[in-house]
Amino acid sequence: LEMAATNQKGKAIVDRPVPRGKSEVSLSAFCFLFSEMVQYYQTRVNTTQELEKKLAGAGYGVGVRMLELVCFREKGSKRETRIVGMLSYIKDHIWKAMFGKAADALERSTEREDEYMIHEKEPLVNTYVSVPKDFGHLNCASFVAGAVHGILDSADFPARVTAHTVQFTNETRTTILVKFSQEVMERERRLG
Amino acid sequence: MPQRCNTLFIVNKAGGLIYTRHFSKENQLNVNDCLRLASTFHSMHAIAGRLTPAGAPSGIETVEADTFRLQCFQTPTGIKFIMLAEPMVSNLDNLLRQIYSLYSDFVLKNPFYVS
Repeated sequence: LEMAATNQKGKAIVDRPVPRGKSEVSLSAFCFLFSEMVQYYQTRVNTTQELEKKLAGAGYGVGVRMLELVCFREKGSKRETRIVGMLSYIKDHIWKAMFGKAADALERSTEREDEYMIHEKEPLVNTYVSVPKDFGHLNCASFVAGAVHGILDSADFPARVTAHTVQFTNETRTTILVKFSQEVMERERRLG
Repeated sequence: MPQRCNTLFIVNKAGGLIYTRHFSKENQLNVNDCLRLASTFHSMHAIAGRLTPAGAPSGIETVEADTFRLQCFQTPTGIKFIMLAEPMVSNLDNLLRQIYSLYSDFVLKNPFYVS
């Protein structure tokens, strides 16, 4: 039997109160850390697709924990069971906890009924990132897509989540594309 | 960028030119001249720093001539921001500090920047 690790005062980590969570981290500190993470993965991959996968993998763990934390802190809300409800929850509460503001827009794809998109004009993680031309359409917001993937998996909405760079006339925007699996769509249909 | 600035150079700690940007269409130095100017200025800056009879060595801040003005801002990490402008331009020091602030954000936090 392994006991929970105790600190000097003999208080186990599970006995300590959960921090209140209104704290903010400086953008510079986060961007330096994120930059180092991207550089770390760059030395371990060969293609941009692999880099995006690695970043998504890193974000996945963040997403799983964020969902638990935000749900715990926001006492009194019910668990989301519908797709639109869950995505709105992500777009508002999770985004607010992670980036300080809600995402720009949530949109349902007109062509395919199982695809939804979260629009973000300038994701916070990309603030100081300039992707060189030979990296193609790499978007470091794959980290954020990974977080969304982790959240949806933990909330029992299995889906494939990817980040895409969308080119407009005078600017580039980021879109997080969520493609739900068959079981989610069937459950949604059953719930009416 | 004020209209009367001509060129911006960024020189790294070893004296190599890492960035050039021209703001006026005329009198543009060609690439080799820019490189030579950067390395020469780097050496002169180092020598001038040793010449001070008293106090901390500091190097060259401004070079004023009839036809141009050169302002240099050296960061604590050894990077030099050099601006060539017309003689009557003032407040270049503040401008170079702002440029340094932007550099430390958009260059040093960019994961794809190789120094």
